[in-house]
Amino acid sequence: MNLKLKIWRQKSQNAKGAFETYQVNANEHMSFLEMLDVLNEQLIEEKKEPVAFDHDCREGICGACSMVINGRPHGPNKATTTCQLHMRFFKEGDEIVIEPFRARAFPVIKDLVVDRSAFDRIIQAGGYISVNTGQAQDGNAIPVNRDCASKSFDAAACIGCGACVAACPNGSAMLFTAAKVSHLGLLPQGKLEHTSRVRNMVKQMDEEGFGFCSNVGACEAECPKEISLENIARMNRAMIGAVLTSE
Amino acid sequence: MSILSKDESGMNKINSKVPAGKLEEKWSTYKSKVPLVSPANKRKLDVIVVGTGLAGAAAAASLGELGYQVHCFTFHDSPRRAHSIAAQGGINAAKNYMNDGDSVFRLFYDTIKGGDYRAREANVYRLAEVSAAIIDQAVAQGVPFAREYGGLLENRSFGGVQVSRTFYARGQTGQQLLIGAYQSLSRQISLGTVKMYNRHEMLELVVVDGKARGIIARNLLTGKLERFGAHCVVLGTGGYGNVFYLSTNAMGCNATAIWKAVRKGAYMGNPCFTQIHPTCIPVSGDYQSKLTLMSESLRNDGRVWVPLKKEDAEKIRKGQMKATQIAEADRDYFLERRYPAFGNLVPRDVASRAAKVECDKGLGVSPTGLAVYLDFNAAIQRYGKSKANVLNLHNPDDATIIKLGQEVISEKYGNLFEMYEKITGENPYETPMKIYPAVHYTMGGLWVDYNLETNIPGLFAIGEANFSDHGANRLGASALMQGLADGYFVLPYTIGNFLSEEIRTPKIDTNRQEFTQAESEVSERLNRLIQIKGKNSVESYHRRLGKVMWDYCGMARSEGGLKQARAIIRELRKEFWSDVFVPGTTDEFNPELEKAGRVADFLELGELMIVDALNRNESCGGHFREEYQTPEGETLRDDEHFAYVSAWLWKDLAQEPELIKENLEFENIKIASRSYK
Repeated sequence: MNLKLKIWRQKSQNAKGAFETYQVNANEHMSFLEMLDVLNEQLIEEKKEPVAFDHDCREGICGACSMVINGRPHGPNKATTTCQLHMRFFKEGDEIVIEPFRARAFPVIKDLVVDRSAFDRIIQAGGYISVNTGQAQDGNAIPVNRDCASKSFDAAACIGCGACVAACPNGSAMLFTAAKVSHLGLLPQGKLEHTSRVRNMVKQMDEEGFGFCSNVGACEAECPKEISLENIARMNRAMIGAVLTSE
Repeated sequence: MSILSKDESGMNKINSKVPAGKLEEKWSTYKSKVPLVSPANKRKLDVIVVGTGLAGAAAAASLGELGYQVHCFTFHDSPRRAHSIAAQGGINAAKNYMNDGDSVFRLFYDTIKGGDYRAREANVYRLAEVSAAIIDQAVAQGVPFAREYGGLLENRSFGGVQVSRTFYARGQTGQQLLIGAYQSLSRQISLGTVKMYNRHEMLELVVVDGKARGIIARNLLTGKLERFGAHCVVLGTGGYGNVFYLSTNAMGCNATAIWKAVRKGAYMGNPCFTQIHPTCIPVSGDYQSKLTLMSESLRNDGRVWVPLKKEDAEKIRKGQMKATQIAEADRDYFLERRYPAFGNLVPRDVASRAAKVECDKGLGVSPTGLAVYLDFNAAIQRYGKSKANVLNLHNPDDATIIKLGQEVISEKYGNLFEMYEKITGENPYETPMKIYPAVHYTMGGLWVDYNLETNIPGLFAIGEANFSDHGANRLGASALMQGLADGYFVLPYTIGNFLSEEIRTPKIDTNRQEFTQAESEVSERLNRLIQIKGKNSVESYHRRLGKVMWDYCGMARSEGGLKQARAIIRELRKEFWSDVFVPGTTDEFNPELEKAGRVADFLELGELMIVDALNRNESCGGHFREEYQTPEGETLRDDEHFAYVSAWLWKDLAQEPELIKENLEFENIKIASRSYK
């Protein structure tokens, strides 16, 4: 199939970016990123600079791939990362617009590559259980209710890709932060630090320049791992608790 | 003391520093006698950890907790992206929670046997010994393992063993364990004991007075080369499966860090031992960039088959016939036929070879002829009937049985089925999956002694980057175990053995001549790559190398083929260095330049793999030399001549690498032929 691609090209963080148009010939068996590989091979052949984009595992789990495809983070398919999107969902003659994730806290590095290190700093602010290697008791000494474990897992499935931020009109990182708060807070091991964790992670989130949550729900709709808005409600409850109780 | 000594025949013998004493007492004795470093001194000692997968992140976090000054590097934008994240099935541990007779000895035994008797006993025993603590640690960190209704940990079974010792977190065990390690690492970063360098790629190892003292890394965002000094260097940089171009590895997985170490004199252990995983989604075209694994757990319920008749296979390949139209009597369930005792759950190397044999006979089922079926129909029927029974439906019709059966299968493997459908567009509930073997893991790696230290003092290798525990074939769910064992529970002790001697060594000065020289060599090489300005893309060379490796050094190898492949690779390397085109400059974010450096290293490592495969005149585990097989087509080991680890000393491209042998002695296990029939 012949496709017309409109891709955001930007040399560096402070350079001015613009859309450029390319023609590429793909086939329906390719993944979206393989289609971009073909474009890049073409550009290299013409001695031009290939399009830079983040990607790694190409099986939907590492969270490296990003990009906004026709206005939607990770493209048109539900619960699908860009690397798992296949060309059979497009047709001959389609025009596809490809942009980087856009948010104040995710500056563009080059073309479609953005800096998501703010997420790391949110985790560093408290997204962990304070246990040193060797301190653990027997795994079965802490029984975990099966439903709690399952809900905790649903939140822990977050791949840290940042689609939630890119989808949000406010550029908020509430879903990402709340997923971590839920993952750990729902488990008995993580309860002890729950309040301080919420407080510290939310503080860091604000410092990084992420926006506030206004319950739009775009984050949940675009999340490739279908992380639920429930997590945000859970975090808000914990935050209220943290604010109302003295230390 | 030198690591080498001469044996009676004048051959170099290598000292693996395995402590004396009974197998089951070695590690505890070692731990109580290993020299310690006081907390005050730890604060003055710098450790570089390269890689943030299970091994690297676990090591960096644990060493930070101990109080060392850790400097941790990843080429990714975040430590959480390391490819350990993609492991699906589970992690083994000798907990015996199932009361099914598991023990440390049994895990040790299964691993040695699974590895076809080509691993070092003492290391494997230690691995089995610390396995239980890994689960405890992960639970304490908040890893949401699967639970029984009573809230206790659940286990399942994996290939090649007879107990259930695999802990899992749905089909995302690697992700959850890595997130656990990443969170521990993040905590140390916030405490200041670990300094994290994202988007930094190690491009050279710096050796000062014979000891590993630092690295040269390229800041991938700016292209700037940076020097980092430390009292020792730890490589947890993963395997080299991407030498084959197509593999289940991530696109960025590379051998550059370990290859730089080899070029500095570190021995490469068993480079030809690679694991080909039997159940991957087959290649569908030339543009394909990577292969996707379908978890080994599927072989619990899936039956592997090809058509019995060549005509049928041909029709299927042409799209004139469907799998479901082939009668039961016209199907060959070849694993069940050849290995009745283990059936579809034979180890990976055995299953992969068997699939290749059928496809070579012209019985493959995809347009390329390189695929076999993995069929869940029997399981759907079985589960459907059982579920109907539970629901008190005593005369269910076929449609009901199928519907109920599909629900059970979906509960067990739903995410894998979805992934399969996303990639292929076919619904595996209705038509059998098509699968074919693909490169998945490398058992070979940097040679290390009992301390996980290479022959370069102060250079350690952990996880898939070392050769240590899996012999010639790794069992399922053992990679996660080994990575975390090395990082959490082995290295933090053994590194003290080296560092206790370094407490008088001041901070390493990166203005030393060794650093200056290393940096200028790296810079020169990068400039050379840019300046070639040839015709062909980096990708095109990688693809060609991969094809040669797969055709001649893949599932079946022969002397003639390997020799031919060696010549082709040498030519290819020459062509690469005169005709590759790398766009852009060295002093900017330039992913093509990164790739070029990695492919250049693969072009050298690939040749060493072939040299090793040529030397090993036997078949064992994943290494199948066509000349050495039983009349039934099984591997034929030669314990008399090849019960050793090949440790290769690489010199330069003009000289033959030198083989140093570490003889394997089996004192606790009787070495026997490995049968799954």
